[in-house]
Amino acid sequence: MNSVGADCSELKRVYDLCFNRWFAEKFLKGERSGEPCADLFKQYQECVKKAIKEKDIPIEGLEFMGPKREKSSSSSSST
Amino acid sequence: MVKYYQGVNELKCEWDQVFSAFWQRYPNPYSKHVLTEDIIHREVTPDNRLISRRLLTKTSRVPQWAERFFPTNVAHSAFILEDSVVDLKSKTLTTFTRNINHARFMMVEERCVYGMSSENNNWTQIKREAWISSNLSGFSRAIQECGLARFKNSVTKTLKGFEYVLAGTQGETPAKTLRETAKEATEKAKETALAATEKAKDLAHKAGSQQYV
Repeated sequence: MNSVGADCSELKRVYDLCFNRWFAEKFLKGERSGEPCADLFKQYQECVKKAIKEKDIPIEGLEFMGPKREKSSSSSSST
Repeated sequence: MVKYYQGVNELKCEWDQVFSAFWQRYPNPYSKHVLTEDIIHREVTPDNRLISRRLLTKTSRVPQWAERFFPTNVAHSAFILEDSVVDLKSKTLTTFTRNINHARFMMVEERCVYGMSSENNNWTQIKREAWISSNLSGFSRAIQECGLARFKNSVTKTLKGFEYVLAGTQGETPAKTLRETAKEATEKAKETALAATEKAKDLAHKAGSQQYV
């Protein structure tokens, strides 16, 4: 899948390969191995952060996992 | 006012396969609206939870009656932020997803918890909640209704995409839908018809040339 930064897609591809292997072979098996693919991630992040800044994508100041909220009274359910 | 949605779906695969597929779900044939995908934050916490933030760009089709709310110079792409926590202790993957632009027009916030199904340990259950809101006075109700209908539609696509990716990671080809098979047959028929027309033209041309030589 392409990155938002056209130049970052190759860095992302290499990182994704490394991460997916780590996730399936280490993380899911409960092995503690620190940060996955740290060097590849750093290179990819430098590229993608630059692209986000250039495109002015508003990612700053958003709470992780969003606000805690209650169910609304106007509800619609579906399965 | 906020529209609330709640739903539960099952994927007939084990939780760890689903968690792996979660990171590999794009692209798939049902995600043509997803243009880009990036991880913009990732860390493993001391208690061994994996925390990630993913940024997605999607094409956002706006209903025609709502076009007037968008200045023509504004790109219609929607930016989506998806936070997630993979917790091995509870065998859960929890996500929180929301759009970060066009938020005054419509905000869709979705929370999903993926975990082992209570009915069958080999299956994965997705508990989904969503909140759809709009701050456009006078139109918020219509926009919310439209947003909810679309959200339901997108849930179906998400599940189909997941099933496709899961079948791929397990080395199977997903069964083609009837519609896809029919479409292929139609295209094949068109090609055959076109080839026949060409052949007939060619023969007619040859016959013509023979007559006049």
